[in-house]
Amino acid sequence: MEYSIQPLGDHAAIIELAKDPSPEVLNTISMVASALDAISPEWMIEYVPAFTTISVFYRPEKLPRAEPASPYDMVCSYLHSMLHNIKADSPSPPRVVEIPVCYGGKFGPDLPFVASYNGISEEEVVQIHSNGEYLVYMLGFAPGFPYIWGMPKVIAAPRKDSPRQQIPERSIGIAGQQTGIYSIKTPGGWRLIGRTPVDLFVPEKSPPTLLKPGDKIKFKAIGHDEYLEMRRLNHAEHS
Amino acid sequence: MLNIHKPGLLTTVQDPGRFGFQKYGVIVSGAMDSFALRIANVLVGNDENEAALEITLLGPEIEFTADALVSLCGGDLSPRVNGKSIRMWRPVFIEQGSVLSFGAANQGIRTYLAVAGGINVPPSLGSKSTYLRATLGGYCGRPLKTGDHVKVSSPGCLAKSLIKHLSQTLADGYAEADWAVSNMFSFPSSDRLAIRVIKGRHFDLFTLESKAAFFNEPFVITPQSDRMGYRLKGPDLGLGHPEEMLSEAVCYGTIQVPPGGQPIILLADRPATGGYPKIAEIASVDFPAIAQAKPGDHLFFELISAKQAQLLLLQKEAMLRQVKQGIQLKFREVKIDDESGFEL
Repeated sequence: MEYSIQPLGDHAAIIELAKDPSPEVLNTISMVASALDAISPEWMIEYVPAFTTISVFYRPEKLPRAEPASPYDMVCSYLHSMLHNIKADSPSPPRVVEIPVCYGGKFGPDLPFVASYNGISEEEVVQIHSNGEYLVYMLGFAPGFPYIWGMPKVIAAPRKDSPRQQIPERSIGIAGQQTGIYSIKTPGGWRLIGRTPVDLFVPEKSPPTLLKPGDKIKFKAIGHDEYLEMRRLNHAEHS
Repeated sequence: MLNIHKPGLLTTVQDPGRFGFQKYGVIVSGAMDSFALRIANVLVGNDENEAALEITLLGPEIEFTADALVSLCGGDLSPRVNGKSIRMWRPVFIEQGSVLSFGAANQGIRTYLAVAGGINVPPSLGSKSTYLRATLGGYCGRPLKTGDHVKVSSPGCLAKSLIKHLSQTLADGYAEADWAVSNMFSFPSSDRLAIRVIKGRHFDLFTLESKAAFFNEPFVITPQSDRMGYRLKGPDLGLGHPEEMLSEAVCYGTIQVPPGGQPIILLADRPATGGYPKIAEIASVDFPAIAQAKPGDHLFFELISAKQAQLLLLQKEAMLRQVKQGIQLKFREVKIDDESGFEL
């Protein structure tokens, strides 16, 4: 395994595993995350996986003193020995998560724009979007918000010039060649094409998010009635 | 219970932060000045990680519906009980019906009100900190408003002994302890602050001029600054070769530079990840100084090594441990007095 470790401030270390993201790097990062979960050292606060890196936050005062080695030196030596023990086993098959989407209408006010921008019909946008093969690279920006890779270029569309003040949670958007799902209400500039009845972030659940890095996503077009029925069932489950 | 008569500018429930969930995109939040929060808690016999009220610039007006032991640490926002000035960095007994209010910001902009027993709100994802944008944690996930009733848990036995002891000197609805944490924790009231930083991960990608300007010129905190981060105004900083960065973890105190060239310091409500180049990272030892800095203040960045930064942090933690022991000794003295009193 090739990697480098650098300090991130005085209480974190960032492990960089590649220059560019790829499904292989994603797999390596999840192996490192599992290894950290397994040893879960007392000095570790948490780790944050990203596209090509995984950062380890720690409490310098919790590390054994070993002058002249600094707490950072100690963390590095722990990480080196942990990383050397990770066997490059074959990736476990990804979990496939189906996300139902009610496209267009009031849930997808920008569907007509995305269609006309690309010179295709709204039905074609829906068909292409819901037939894509998507991979979750990381969660970030907002709780449970997935950075998704794999949207076909033929439905790409630029961000809005001025962002909307409030985007409803569970909205599906397009920004450039990315597609994403707004997990909570937030301002944002993505083009909205639909909404899912499925919650992406439920703080009472463990884990609190629907998705995790490495998941494959299948979007499935549903009608408005089906959307409402799923929302109703969802409410019943939570109350 | 705390009855909120006036909420102040921004009063929120905060503990040291919500750790362990950044990998799910859940930000840390927590006190801007965790050091002041921790001391405030220790002064009233709480666990140092208990939640307190973070009070910003214009303080609230709070009525105590029951006797309470409190402490105020951090910025000096001229705290008063029933109109009389009270001193900070020490335990203060407040009698039922008394009103805590604030005046001018003399020094710093954030003060922490710890109450013995702790603020009684349900933890969410392991923390009582308020995450405003996700309306998570704290008091209904939002800043306090007029008419709110904030519950307080019952104080521990050490705090009860101190309450009993202090109530003997009660006047005007309050009684201050005659001892305090030494003022070694106060910070300069100057609007020119030296802030120690270590090199950021992308420091070497910046132009020579940018690197020189970063350490030689002042950067002013602009009014576009909040718990998420401070936007600074100063010389434009730029990369030698424009580069697309991939989002990666950021820290409290990360100084990132968006393409516009004006740096941003990321703070308590920062996102878990960011994609702008990082020119520097503020040393933990100077987090209180930056948390208490206000728009208009001039920051001068001083380079130290990561090793030095960690040494300073360890020294500060050792000092905090000593202070904690000192306070606990005071508490025990009062408790022993209290118990021997029973024997008489």
